[in-house]
Amino acid sequence: MVTRAYQHPLNSSAVPVGAPLLEVDSVSLRFGGVVALREVSLSVAQGDIHAVIGPNGAGKSSLLNCISGLYHPQDGAITLHTGEDGRSHALTSLPPHRIARLGVARSFQNIELFHGLTVLENLMLGRHIHMRKNVLASLLWFGPARRQELEQRPLVEEVIDLLALQPYRHKPVGALAYGIQKRVELGRALCIQPSLLLLDEPMAGMNSEEKEDMARYILDVNELAGVSVVLIEHDMAVVMDVSNRVSVLDFGRLIADGTPETVKADPAVVEAYLGAEEH
Amino acid sequence: MATATGIHHRSYRAELRLRHTRAEYLRLALMAALLLSLPYNLGVYWLGIANSILIAVIGAVGLNILVGYTGQISLGQGGFLAVGAYTSANLSERGGLPVPLSIAIAVLVTALIGALFGLPALRLKGLYLAIATLASQEIILFVVRRWSWLTEGKGFVEVSRLEVFGWQVSREMFEVQWYWVLLAITTLVVLAARNLMRTALGRAFMAVRDQDIAAAAIGVNLTRSKVTAFAVSSGFVGLAGALTAHYTETVTWERFTLDVSVLYLAMIIVGGIGSIAGSVYGAVFIMLIPTLLTEIAERLTAVAPVLTEQLPAIKNAVFGLAIIVFLLVEPRGLDRIWTRVKDYVRYWPFRY
Repeated sequence: MVTRAYQHPLNSSAVPVGAPLLEVDSVSLRFGGVVALREVSLSVAQGDIHAVIGPNGAGKSSLLNCISGLYHPQDGAITLHTGEDGRSHALTSLPPHRIARLGVARSFQNIELFHGLTVLENLMLGRHIHMRKNVLASLLWFGPARRQELEQRPLVEEVIDLLALQPYRHKPVGALAYGIQKRVELGRALCIQPSLLLLDEPMAGMNSEEKEDMARYILDVNELAGVSVVLIEHDMAVVMDVSNRVSVLDFGRLIADGTPETVKADPAVVEAYLGAEEH
Repeated sequence: MATATGIHHRSYRAELRLRHTRAEYLRLALMAALLLSLPYNLGVYWLGIANSILIAVIGAVGLNILVGYTGQISLGQGGFLAVGAYTSANLSERGGLPVPLSIAIAVLVTALIGALFGLPALRLKGLYLAIATLASQEIILFVVRRWSWLTEGKGFVEVSRLEVFGWQVSREMFEVQWYWVLLAITTLVVLAARNLMRTALGRAFMAVRDQDIAAAAIGVNLTRSKVTAFAVSSGFVGLAGALTAHYTETVTWERFTLDVSVLYLAMIIVGGIGSIAGSVYGAVFIMLIPTLLTEIAERLTAVAPVLTEQLPAIKNAVFGLAIIVFLLVEPRGLDRIWTRVKDYVRYWPFRY
């Protein structure tokens, strides 16, 4: 029987479903006098799609950048549990590439693909942390340098299959449509075999059809592959549909945290989005 | 496998090959035949130029790895050539090491010094990095000019005729024998560079060039990648420098000035930034311009004697003009033009 069953797990976290995977503990981030995050605390559970919402400038992307190591918060702690023998890692002091090695993968608000390279090369770069980089072997195209190119390919092909990127495999990403580029960026993050996937506005600037597609891919990644997702998104309908848990930021402060239903009914959230009700 | 509908691979292994179609293998065979027949068809003068081109190709490939593939602009090319040349010349002449060993050590030493001077790249980008590498060029040149120990106070190093394990280059067949040596080395260098760019390491270089923040976010260690790129690139350049030393048999600092750095940058711009083949085309083009202009001027000297009188000025003007025309018409260089020619032929009679 021919099956399309995937051979490689995409989720690398061994934390049991429902247990805390990422804990953000009273994190504060300041740029000079500007406070981007003010004692934000939240916990992401394994298996969840955890949405972070809030008005523009609320600090959503700053929070994501703190988690992935691009910003280093002045106060607070961010802890990633990897599950294997109960190990946990303090992320606040690590550089981005070390955090990526722990399996924290991300996409960017403005697409940050490697524009001169093809889709395949971009995805292979997602396998970077799983490959050895020996100068001499690379120059000679010898031993591990050559072997690992072949070894890493099946997983990359599974990601291509999952995200339906087959027609674009050898196209330079710079020439692809915006929606496809967003998908390639998701694919590159998946190739890491993430323990936690951070998506910064994966549907920004898309029409409703493309949004539906992207939402479907994110659900597939979460439900089929079991990858935990932290999602920043502006489209409330999408957030309420796909996420299990929602955290709301406003002016760098966490103003609500809970299931989509409770958050939607929270007066503080309504105020942040619609302005205070006049009495 | 190439069919009428495109190139279809049946295995990942086949896809990773450098060439896929019969036409590509045919062109390779033609190229090889041309290169192998050159010594039988060219005189000593032209063969000497071919040898200089072969050395320039190695240097240009090295520079392109750094500038074109890793996006770290460098004006330090001349300095790194000098390191390779002085190291190998001194090790073989005064240290008495066999030439292959002295060249290998020169490559490693240049790689090390390149990595050292690449450290500013960890904090600087673009124009700022260009100025920092300009400083490295001037520092290295200052050292080789002023440190009289390097040249035993003579101001230059004399290098004896190439001798490898008892086999010595003969006086009569000097250019021909050097041609074979250099052709072999240059072929291996070009192949090594192509290999590098289809592995994880080379892809990391290109990731740093295209989006350094995203590169860090997928686990590329930026510090390590940039320093490695400087080291690998300088290693290639050091090889070119060492070969220059043994080929020209004298090492003087005039050969490694800032002009040389700019000339090499011109090679990769004209040939194609971020293309190994382009480095080769660019080196050939830039090295041939002065020679061809001299030829033309000599042919026309009866008609227009002013051409021969003003030859140096004309050379400079044409050189500058060529670079401006390339930047305007095809910023991606000869390599791109060649690709377009191939596509035109392939799709003919259709436009695309």
